[in-house]
Amino acid sequence: MSKNYFQVIRAGINTTFQDEGRKNLYHVGIPFSGAMDKRNYLLSNKLVGNKINSPALEFAYQGPLLKYFGNKINIAITGDVNFRIKKKDITIDGNCYQSLNLEDGDELDILSTNKSVYGYLAIGGQIDLKYQWSSCSTNTKAIIGANDGKKFKNEQVINISQLNNHLVEKKLNYLNTKIENIRIIKGTNFDYFSDKGKKIFLEKEFIVSKLTDRMGMRLEGPKIENIIDTNIKSEGLIKGVIQVPADGNPIVMLSDHGTIGGYPKIGVVISADYDKLVQLSPGSKIKFKQVDLSSAENLFKLYDLETQNLISQIE
Amino acid sequence: MIKNILNLGDAALYCDFGKDVNRETNTQVIRYFKSIQKENIVSINNLSPSYNKLIISFDLKKTNFKDLKKLIENLNITNEDDLENKKIEVPVCCDENFALDIVRLENKLNLKREKIYENFFSKEFFCYMTGFIAGMPFLGDLSKNMRANRLETPRVRVPKGSVALTEQFANIYTFESPGGWNVIGNSPLRIFDSSKEESPNLINPGDIVLFKEISKNQYENFNE
Repeated sequence: MSKNYFQVIRAGINTTFQDEGRKNLYHVGIPFSGAMDKRNYLLSNKLVGNKINSPALEFAYQGPLLKYFGNKINIAITGDVNFRIKKKDITIDGNCYQSLNLEDGDELDILSTNKSVYGYLAIGGQIDLKYQWSSCSTNTKAIIGANDGKKFKNEQVINISQLNNHLVEKKLNYLNTKIENIRIIKGTNFDYFSDKGKKIFLEKEFIVSKLTDRMGMRLEGPKIENIIDTNIKSEGLIKGVIQVPADGNPIVMLSDHGTIGGYPKIGVVISADYDKLVQLSPGSKIKFKQVDLSSAENLFKLYDLETQNLISQIE
Repeated sequence: MIKNILNLGDAALYCDFGKDVNRETNTQVIRYFKSIQKENIVSINNLSPSYNKLIISFDLKKTNFKDLKKLIENLNITNEDDLENKKIEVPVCCDENFALDIVRLENKLNLKREKIYENFFSKEFFCYMTGFIAGMPFLGDLSKNMRANRLETPRVRVPKGSVALTEQFANIYTFESPGGWNVIGNSPLRIFDSSKEESPNLINPGDIVLFKEISKNQYENFNE
């Protein structure tokens, strides 16, 4: 056993290792995976001085309870997360977007994500993990990536093979905002739906259902009527695609989605809004707003600029 | 040839090769897929070839729809027959514990099971695409009298290794997964192996697959 490690006392609901994901494997049937909320993932690593594409722990709803053993280490949590650090004689409420030091015997208790889904824990150092196709991202469906392709279990250990040298505490002023309006581009089968169906899709409110995970987000609301065919010839999918099966309820493809699908595509969530989309928890309202391709491209530039700005505040 | 290139969202090209699903169209798709793959274009994140479509997803930080579309349209696609059609034999055990939907198929197709298996095992299948779940091959084409729809209510769990039919296609479930295809047997052969990063799929688009019936005993003692 390595000298510096975390003992997982409580695994949390869905805790996995994630990085930027794996490329060029859709044709094999392996999705991109990677951190669901890219910006928060990126910021967590930056706060502890890790390299781009370093593994972080992604947790959903309830996070893990970890006990640390070893030399002083730097950690950071991003998202909208309630957590505490229990030291020998004191318990501190933790702040997100701030790097913190942990010492031998400290406990990190990640209680919950607040009105959101995902949070990230970056560890200042190198975690001892298995890589597959140059990524450690755990895909529990295909059983690939770090942690034997599985989500965290109680009593397992996270071994740190090397600690980062500088333990400078860094802080970022950033507030996660929640949005109900998710912008989309019309899908390739938009005209499969009746005028009324299109209107419902673009104007009515939907509710994020409980059947939502890293693969997809199922929505409930008024039914979207199909007037051509409820099946298409199976073809490729990408994350953000909104499919409408025969029951008229839309499903949004998320990072671990099946790579091929046979339901008509009514829309695709724009890249700039994906991070916000995945943070909508079951019961949240969602409304789709249509934009054209060039607006979507400009909105992505803006999103990227904002992210770079936040990173430069840390550095 | 590509008939039309549309955008799928803001970070993917949707290349349409025509309405029909047949080997000629699909061979075109595979040719494009392989030619683009060889170019190693850094802005491309993923290529998804299917029956008659090719979806090219890209990194919006590195390129955009217009520029990549132009690049793809001007690409040299080799038209020579460079596609090697590997022949693969897949053993299948049709013990009734595995053939979950054989009775349904007998009724739907109005064929006795002996006839269904005879048709199935005498056919050469062509791999159109792989995916949905890692490594799952979509194999065609079943003759007209062998085509049945999906189950009315899909199974929550189809056992790993299940060999199943729907419409003109056969497939093999490389993992336990939800699914609505008609299961007629089970193969002990490993179709997807994540430890082989270079080539994790045993069956790839363009390959030819022959199914071979094995007994329960052979299934249980199967050794790769």
